[in-house]
Amino acid sequence: MKVIEIENLEKIYNESEIKVHAIRGIDLSFEQGEFAAIVGPSGSGKTTLLNLLGGLDNPSTGKITIGGVDISSLKSSELINFRLSNIGFVFQAYNLIPVLTAKENVEFVMHLQGKPKTERDARTKELLESVGLGDRLNSRPSKLSGGQQQRVAVARALASKPKFVLADEPTANLDTEATENLLDIMERLNREENITFIFATHDARVMKKARRVITIEDGRVLSDITK
Amino acid sequence: MKDYLKLAWRNIWRNKRRTLITIASVFFAMFLSLIMRSMQVGSYGHMADGIVEAFTGFMQVHKDGFWDDRTLDNTFAYQTDMVRDIESADNVKAVIPRLESFALASTGELTKGILVVGIDPVKELDLTHPDRKIKEGRYFDQYSDGVLVSGRLAEFLNLKLNDTLTLLSTGYHGASAAGIYPVTGIVEMPNPQLDRRLVFMPLPIAQDFYGAENMLTSLVINVHDSDDLKNTKKVIEYLLENGIYEIMDWKEMNPELVQQIQSDQAGGYIMLGVLYMIVGFGVLGTLIMMTTERRREFGVMVALGMQKKKLGLILMIEMLMMGLVGAASGIIGSLPVIGYLVRNPIRFTGEYAEIFESYGFEPIMPARFEGFYFAGQTAIVMIIFMLAIIPPIYSVLRLKEIKALRS
Ligand SMILES: Nc1ncnc2c1ncn2[C@@H]1O[C@H](COP(=O)(O)OP(=O)(O)O)[C@@H](O)[C@H]1O
Ligand SMILES: [Mg+2]
Repeated sequence: MKVIEIENLEKIYNESEIKVHAIRGIDLSFEQGEFAAIVGPSGSGKTTLLNLLGGLDNPSTGKITIGGVDISSLKSSELINFRLSNIGFVFQAYNLIPVLTAKENVEFVMHLQGKPKTERDARTKELLESVGLGDRLNSRPSKLSGGQQQRVAVARALASKPKFVLADEPTANLDTEATENLLDIMERLNREENITFIFATHDARVMKKARRVITIEDGRVLSDITK
Repeated sequence: MKDYLKLAWRNIWRNKRRTLITIASVFFAMFLSLIMRSMQVGSYGHMADGIVEAFTGFMQVHKDGFWDDRTLDNTFAYQTDMVRDIESADNVKAVIPRLESFALASTGELTKGILVVGIDPVKELDLTHPDRKIKEGRYFDQYSDGVLVSGRLAEFLNLKLNDTLTLLSTGYHGASAAGIYPVTGIVEMPNPQLDRRLVFMPLPIAQDFYGAENMLTSLVINVHDSDDLKNTKKVIEYLLENGIYEIMDWKEMNPELVQQIQSDQAGGYIMLGVLYMIVGFGVLGTLIMMTTERRREFGVMVALGMQKKKLGLILMIEMLMMGLVGAASGIIGSLPVIGYLVRNPIRFTGEYAEIFESYGFEPIMPARFEGFYFAGQTAIVMIIFMLAIIPPIYSVLRLKEIKALRS
């Protein structure tokens, strides 16, 4: 089943005087349960592509269909709700909410979804346990290491039961051990719960784990290899 | 909602020092304005009370034109049915007849121009309490035919109890008036001006002295609720025969005093305005800092699926919490100070004391609690926060996710 379909996607940044043609015609699709890496040199358009996929920015031309919905047809507030129920995000800089504990960070999106407390508690605990942080439920982000924070971020991304998770350079700030740990967790979640992960990365360790590697350069797909 | 409150509460304590400075600025503004206002209100109240005590009463009915030309020709007849009509009006507590005029007082070697006030010995008790001001001797009884002399006047004329006082004047219709009266009491008037020149007589004796039988210069009206003078005045105006009488409230009878209170009040408002403007800009600065440095976090929240409106709501809750904490601490902080000032009024000395005394008031500045004002100041603080919150909220509502995430 196709989760994401990208057709003839283009993105031109024209806020400044110099127009930047960041995505120059991309057609791609992703199946449910993929574990895919978008790779390419810095400036090749990985982040731009992920932002468009996540509905954080609008394409200049082309169409992105997620679960059958053309996301460019959604109004800003509809798009926010669409993200809430369909897309999980993991950022390079973790981006946990500093005043909330690990548990509350994971709970946050379920809150927004209006899930009842019992469900929130159960799922939060289960998720944090599955990322190996069952004993750090009440720690604030500042009390956690980078690797631990990123694992909380993964748990948060999954809390809303999204169709897929977008992770932009999730391991860029992590050492080897934390990277291996995080990748193992995501791989396990992908295998056991069939959750779709799409990374943007230039980290060889991530590429090695990925089952599909899409290489882009200058905003175009150079190769798309499924192992 | 509870979780939003929790989130907001934690957010405002992220930068403790900044939050404390913001709250402290609100605290001081509230603290100062509440104390200032309670003293203002207290001293106006003190003045208003003083006026009643010092005799003009809340309102007076005269023959039309009397106030500008206070002669015995501008008197009117004491009609009991007219008094009864006025007494039956809402908010009227008592109607007190007086005959006031001038005279020369002499003890032989010393002479002084004085004010003779003929009073109803019984009715006057409820308003100006002359009986409580007796320093020596006795207050009037039914059969009194003597006079009460004010303290400083007695001193000046070297009068003792039971001495006789000779009064000379022009009576009603230009007739000459003269009389000799025993001093049956010495009264101490709080108003020093009055205390230097006042002689009380029972009303019939005064009418007899001036040859103005059954005539009055004024009906002094005492009311239950002094805040409702305007309406009461209208009602009485309606009861009175057209064109024959004038009715004046204490403000009209004491224009300089009213002017003084008003300019004092205006000065107070200007000071408050400046105070709140400073607080307002301080708050605005805090809010802008608070929101710009959290821009990326806002971007994350919106990316994760939080509606911008909800985010704005949380910000609003944060600001209101800060405002409320500041306002509450200002109220709590000012209460003991105001309480102290209510019990221990500030007493003026020197020049200020003289100004007060010239109006006939004890030179003190008591404080007074005014619940309404506490609510009002809290509302002002909240409005300041609500106004200061507009720019940050506006920028949150227009937030662009990727831009915020990149910041
Ligand atoms: N907001 C922006 N405005 C203008 N140009 C941008 C903006 N964001 C990215 N770019 C440009 O678009 C191109 C692709 O950037 P990006 O998607 O961040 O690449 P990557 O993530 O692969 O490093 C780069 O040339 C970059 O400079
Ligand atoms: Mg990038």
